[in-house]
Amino acid sequence: MKINHSLPLEYGTHQNQINILGFWIFLGAEIMLFATLFAGYFTLVNRTGNGPTGTEIFDITPVLLETMILLTSSFTIGLGIHAMRLGSQKAMQVFFAITLLLGLGFLSLEVYEFIHYVHIGAGLQTSAFTAALLNTLGTHGAHVTFGVFWGLFIIFQLKTRGLTPETANKSFIFSLYWHFLDVVWIFIFSFIYLKGMI
Amino acid sequence: MDIFERFAVPHPSPAIYVSMVAIGLTVIAIIAGLTYFKKWGYLWREWLSTVDHKRIGIMYLISALLMLFRGGADAIMMRAQLAIPENKMLDAQHYNEIFTTHGTVMIIFMAMPFIMAFMNYIVPLQIGARDVAFPRLNALSFWLFFMGAMLLNISFVIGGSPDAGWTSYFPLANNEFSESVGTNYYMFALQISGMGTLMTGINMITTILKMRAPGMTLMKMPMFTWSSLVANIIIVFAFPVLTVALIMGTMDRLFATNFFTSTNGGMDMLWANFFWVWGHPEVYILVLPAFGIYSEIISTFSGRNLYGYKSMVGSMVIISLLSFLVWTHHFFTMGQGALTNSIFSITTMAIAVPTGVKIFNWLFTLWKGKIIITTPMLYSLLFIPIFTIGGVTGVMLGMSAADYQYHNTMFLVAHFHMVIIPGVVFAMLAGFHYYWPKMFGFILNEKIGKWTAWIISMSTLLAFMPMFFSGLDGQARRMYTYSESTGYGIWNMLSFIGAIGLAIGFILIVYNVYYSTRYASRDISSDPWDARSLEWATPSPVPEYNFAIVPNVKSVDVLWEAKYNNHILFPGKYENIHMPNNSGIPFILGCIFFAWGFSFVFGMWIPAISTTIGIFVCMGHRSLEKDHGHYISVKEIEETETKLRGA
Repeated sequence: MKINHSLPLEYGTHQNQINILGFWIFLGAEIMLFATLFAGYFTLVNRTGNGPTGTEIFDITPVLLETMILLTSSFTIGLGIHAMRLGSQKAMQVFFAITLLLGLGFLSLEVYEFIHYVHIGAGLQTSAFTAALLNTLGTHGAHVTFGVFWGLFIIFQLKTRGLTPETANKSFIFSLYWHFLDVVWIFIFSFIYLKGMI
Repeated sequence: MDIFERFAVPHPSPAIYVSMVAIGLTVIAIIAGLTYFKKWGYLWREWLSTVDHKRIGIMYLISALLMLFRGGADAIMMRAQLAIPENKMLDAQHYNEIFTTHGTVMIIFMAMPFIMAFMNYIVPLQIGARDVAFPRLNALSFWLFFMGAMLLNISFVIGGSPDAGWTSYFPLANNEFSESVGTNYYMFALQISGMGTLMTGINMITTILKMRAPGMTLMKMPMFTWSSLVANIIIVFAFPVLTVALIMGTMDRLFATNFFTSTNGGMDMLWANFFWVWGHPEVYILVLPAFGIYSEIISTFSGRNLYGYKSMVGSMVIISLLSFLVWTHHFFTMGQGALTNSIFSITTMAIAVPTGVKIFNWLFTLWKGKIIITTPMLYSLLFIPIFTIGGVTGVMLGMSAADYQYHNTMFLVAHFHMVIIPGVVFAMLAGFHYYWPKMFGFILNEKIGKWTAWIISMSTLLAFMPMFFSGLDGQARRMYTYSESTGYGIWNMLSFIGAIGLAIGFILIVYNVYYSTRYASRDISSDPWDARSLEWATPSPVPEYNFAIVPNVKSVDVLWEAKYNNHILFPGKYENIHMPNNSGIPFILGCIFFAWGFSFVFGMWIPAISTTIGIFVCMGHRSLEKDHGHYISVKEIEETETKLRGA
C-alpha cells in the first residue's frame, strides 16, 4: 500500500480518499433523509387530531440538557481528531470515549423524554403530529445509538491495531458522522422544539 | 393450523396453485441439477461471493430478464382480460393484484437492474478503472436488490399480492382497504432493494469522480458514463425520500400510526407527494442512462463523434434539476389549486426542451454519418419516432387544464408506455445486443436480432396506439372490465394482439441467445463494432483486472484516436495489480435481509429481532475484518494477456 506522507494520515492512501468522498456522498443522502422527515413533520405539525399540541408537551429543561450534551460531544470528537493529527493516540482514545459517554447521556435523556411523552398521552398512535414528532426524533436517536456502537468498534480497533492509515481513516469518517448528527440536532432543536414552544 | 391460515393466499385461483407447483418444481430442479453436476462450489466461488463488477453486472442482467418475463406475464394476463368486453377470465381482485405487480416489477425490478447491469459492467471499463470504488458494497447492493425482488415475487404464493397499485396510494393501501399482507410485501421489497440502489448511487459517483484513467477530465468522459453520473446523483437525492415514505407507510400498517390515515390528523396526500418526489426523478434515473446508451450506439454506427457533446451534458444536468420540480403533475386533479397546477405544468413542459436538444443532437450525429444498420442501431433509430409520440402526448398531459380530460384514462397508460418502452426498454435491448460481445465474446445473430427489433417496435405501436383512442373516448384505467356498448372492444382487441407480438419478440430474444450461443463465431476481435471508447480497448471476455496497463486518455473518442491517429493508449509496462478479495458476506447479509423483510411482513417479532441482530453482527464483522485484497503478479498478467489476445 502506497502511503502519501505529505497528507494527513486519514487521507494518506488512495482508498482512504475514496472512502472519505464516498462518505460525504452518503451524508448527502442522509441530508435528504432528514429533510424529508422535516418536510413530513412541518406538514403534520398542526394536524394534532384529538391529541396534544407541541406547546402542551414540550419541556425545555431536558431538551436544553440534551442539546448541551450533544454539542459538547461534537466538540470532544473534534478534539479527538485533533489529537489524531498530532499523533497522540492515547488522547484520541480518551476523547473518543468521552464522546461516546456523552452520546449515552444524550440517549438516556431522550429515552426519558419519550417515556414522558407516552406517559402524558402523546404516544406514537395518538395523532399524525405525535407520530411525525416521535418518528423524526426517533430516527435521529437511532442514528446516535448506531453511532455509539460504531464508536466502540473504532476505539477497540485503535487499541488493538494502533494508529494506522486505516484506523485513522475510520476514525475520521466516524467523526464526520458524529458532527452530522449534531447538525441535524441543531435543526431539531430550533425548528421542532423552539418553534413548537412559541 | 394457525400458521397455514397466516401464510395462505387470501384470494386463491387455479393459476396461483399452478404457479406454486411450478415454483416448487423449479426450485427442486435447480437444487438437483446443481448437486448432480457438482456445481455448488463453482456457483459459490465464481458468482455468489464475487465482488467483480463485471460478474455483478451480468447477474443484474439475468435478474432483469427474468423479471421482464414475470412482468410480461402479468401484462399478457391484463391485455387478455380486457381483450373482449365483459370477460370473466380474471375477477376484480386479481386484476388489481396483477396491475400492481406489473407496475412494481417492471419499474423497480426490471428497468432498474437493467440499467444497473450496464452501469456496473460498462462504467468502470469506460473510465479505465479496475473496479468500482467499493467492490464489496457493490456486491451487497446487488444482493439487496435481488432479495427485495424475491420478496415481492413470493407474495403471490405466500400471504397475498399487493393490490393497491404500484403507487400504493393511501388510504387505499392502509389496513382498512388492503387487508392482506400484500402491501407489507410491497413496502419491504421496495425498502430493501431501495437501500441497495442508494448504495450503488454512492458507489458509482465515487467511482466516476475518483477512479478515471489519467487524462480523462470530466468533459472527456464517454456519454454513457456522464449519464450514469447524473442518474446516480439523482438516485442519492431521490431514494432517501422513498425510504422515509416507506417507513411511514410501514408504521401506519404495522403499528397503527396516523401518518396517512384520514383520521387523527393523518394526511393521505403526504404519501402522494413523497411518493412522486421520489417517483418522478426515478423516471429520469431510468431514462438518462438509456439515453447514454443511445449516444454511444448512434455515434459508433454513424462513424462520427457525438454531435453537441457539451449540450448533451448540459441538457442532462438541466433534466436532472427539473426532474425534482415536476412531481405534482402526477396528481393535477387531486385538488391543489390553479396556481400550484400552473407552476408544475410549466416546469413539466420545460423538460421537453432539453429532451428535444438531445433528440436533435442524435439526428445531427446521424446526418452525414456513415450509417451502418446493426441490431443495436436499428433499436436506436426506431426509438426516435416512437419516443417522440410518447413525448408529445406527455406535453399534452402536462397541460394541467387539459389533464382533467385525460387523467386516469388509458390515454395516460398509452403515454407512459410509449415513453418507457422505446426510452428505456429499447435502449436496454440495444445495449444488450451492443455489449453482448464484450460480455460473452460472441455476437448475437444479426438476422434474428433485426427481426426482433422490428417485431418489438411494431408491436409496441400496435399495443399502445389504440389506448390513446380508447382513452380519449373515456376508457378508465385499472378497470377490470367494461360493457360492450362502450365500443372499447375493438381497441382493446388490437392492444391484445400487440401484446402477443411483444411476447413473441421477447421470446425471440431468448431464442437468439440460445441460437448464437450454439452457432455464433467465437473468433471476433475485442472491438467488433469498430467502436470509439475505452471499453472496447480491452479483450473480450474482459480479464478480471480490466486493463493490464492503465490507459492514457486524451480525448472523448480515445480508442478511435488510438486506432486511426496513432495515439498510444497503453504506455508503460506491466506491474503487479491490486484486486479485492471475494467475500460471501454480501450474499449472506442479503439473505438475512430477506428473512428480516419476511418477518416484518407477517409481524413475526422474534425472527424480526433476531434478523436485525444478525444484520448488525455482519456489519460489526465487516468493521473488524482485515482484508487487504490480493495482487496479480506480472507473470500471471502476461499469461492472461497472451492467451486473450492470441499473440
